[in-house]
Amino acid sequence: MFQSETTIFGRPTALRETVTHYCPGCTHGVIHRLVAEAIDQLGLRERTVGVAPVGCSVLAYNYFNCDFLESPHGRAPALATGYKRSRPDMIVFTYQGDGDLASIGMSEIVHAANRNEKFTTIFVNNAIYGMTGGQMAPTTLAGQVTSTCPAGRDIAKTGHPIRMAELLSALVTPTYIERVSVHSPQHIIAAKRAVRRAFEYQAANRCFSMVEVLSTCPTNWGMTPSDSTAWLEENLLKYYPLGVYRSPDKGAV
Amino acid sequence: MAKILMKGNEAIAEAAIRAGSLVYFCYPITPQTEVAEYMAKRMPEVGGVFLQAESEIAVGNMLFGASSSGRRVFTSSSSPGISLMQEAISYMAGAQLPCVILNIMRGGPGLGGILPAQSDYLQATKGGGHGDYRVLVLAPSSVQEAVDLTMLGFHLADKYRNPVMIIGDGMIGQMMEPVEFPEKYEEPELPPKDWAATGAKGRPPIVIKSLHLDPYVLEDNSIVLDKKYRQMKRDEPRYELYKVSPGNRILIVSYGTMARICQTVIDELETEGISVGLFRPITVFPYPEEALRKEANKKNIESILTVEMSMGQMLEDVERIVQGARPIKFFGRTGGIVPTPDEVKEQIKKMIRSDTAANSRKKRG
Ligand SMILES: Cc1ncc(C[n+]2csc(CCOP(=O)(O)OP(=O)(O)O)c2C)c(N)n1
Ligand code: SF4
Repeated sequence: MFQSETTIFGRPTALRETVTHYCPGCTHGVIHRLVAEAIDQLGLRERTVGVAPVGCSVLAYNYFNCDFLESPHGRAPALATGYKRSRPDMIVFTYQGDGDLASIGMSEIVHAANRNEKFTTIFVNNAIYGMTGGQMAPTTLAGQVTSTCPAGRDIAKTGHPIRMAELLSALVTPTYIERVSVHSPQHIIAAKRAVRRAFEYQAANRCFSMVEVLSTCPTNWGMTPSDSTAWLEENLLKYYPLGVYRSPDKGAV
Repeated sequence: MAKILMKGNEAIAEAAIRAGSLVYFCYPITPQTEVAEYMAKRMPEVGGVFLQAESEIAVGNMLFGASSSGRRVFTSSSSPGISLMQEAISYMAGAQLPCVILNIMRGGPGLGGILPAQSDYLQATKGGGHGDYRVLVLAPSSVQEAVDLTMLGFHLADKYRNPVMIIGDGMIGQMMEPVEFPEKYEEPELPPKDWAATGAKGRPPIVIKSLHLDPYVLEDNSIVLDKKYRQMKRDEPRYELYKVSPGNRILIVSYGTMARICQTVIDELETEGISVGLFRPITVFPYPEEALRKEANKKNIESILTVEMSMGQMLEDVERIVQGARPIKFFGRTGGIVPTPDEVKEQIKKMIRSDTAANSRKKRG
């Protein structure tokens, strides 16, 4: 049972007592926990509906202890829009990978953000397609090796990796957009604050909120968990700067 | 309530509202955009949800989300737009979510044209999206019937927890006819929507999904769906007969507004002393198979004529159902061309001439 921010090992009520299928060292589990803690702290669990993506977190509904919808690949923002418009009193969040949100679901996320749909998106950016076995994602770094760019991503042929936080921040509609990372304890604490703020903005019916979380995929990056966090820090952080990109209080940063 | 003159598209929109659907998503496409325009005006008046989405892909998935919340949800589109919704329709069928989708069909394939056609019959009745699933498909032939079937559609969607499609062609959407709405919309009681995701308060979480990674569980799910489709086949077939009598030599099979044109043909032929009957399916899934077989097998029927605004899509069902018991001829125009009564009449006279010649050859031989 979760009690306070100092109870480090308590299980949040918003998480079920079950073992996840994520690979050892994968940070999906950490991110799940941050979302569950925010829901608990704000007392939202009983009126929250999550929307699971297609990707490694496709089974998120087995781990969260709240109502859930399982979306087609990339369409979570459309499902969330339909749900939230029908029941504005509910709290809705989508949980999406980079292939899901930045590739097949690019249209849905851009338009949902632009309409300022009052739901929260947790965007897990691990720069690769995890579930299908490590193919190139729109967020894969230049030169990064994946199974569909075995010689490294060639930006002359595939374009530059897409920075979603920046891209959505270019919209005129005010929203809350922050990029965080979960590769170290300090970063996890900062990420937790961001996730909580995202839900607070929704609960106050203020704006669309998205937290982009830099995440690891030790399995498909072909690294140990600790090498993965080092690689994230070395490489992803440089191309994907952390920070608050948009906030309804401050505007663009 | 007095009859009022309404355009088909607007009458259907009003019927959806009166059936209690206060959630509508859309993306404009001819020839049904009036539904969206009507909803844009009416939904704020009735406290409903109106949203113009970024695409039909999004519309379909917004329906998915909204239906999960337990609301009655509605959208309208036309052929290319319906193709884009097939993803969500398959997912909704898999997750057993009700919704009503109106397809005011236009000519295809591809971008095709904007004029009336019936060329989405196979897509509507045989799946359209991926997987072992069916949607209930209703085919009105007048504006009044479109109103009635739209209301019935919401009931059937909830009763079976399944997507329902109303298929009309561009004509039914665009024509104006007098319609009457029931004073108060009444329908048989339905079980409570205890499957809806409304927040896990005082109960375990509800998950609405179509994913079943265990093949045995997925097969079981398909068996559950199949049982539902069988029940539909047993309980929901609807059809109408027009001037069916022992004097008929030919039976026309036709649906939607095309069937109405065939009624004119039948009336005109009657004055010339030629007796033809019409079998009009109202539900095209489930198809009224038994009824058609019975009519087709009547002794007086020498041949069947299937008339469609397509290259012969329902024809495949008619052939399957009649199973060679009678010769079947087909007459169709497509691309947005509506067959004239004279064209259909000529086809029937040709059939009678060749039947008569064949009969007299048989007698001589
Ligand atoms: C329409 C459709 N296309 C493709 C797939 C196959 N698919 C499953 S997961 C996935 C990629 C997911 O990658 P990402 O969103 O980055 O999430 P991750 O697995 O890395 O967490 C793809 C392409 C699918 N299920 N549906
Ligand atoms: S494949 Fe990658 S993203 Fe998926 S669970 Fe394993 S480590 Fe995590």
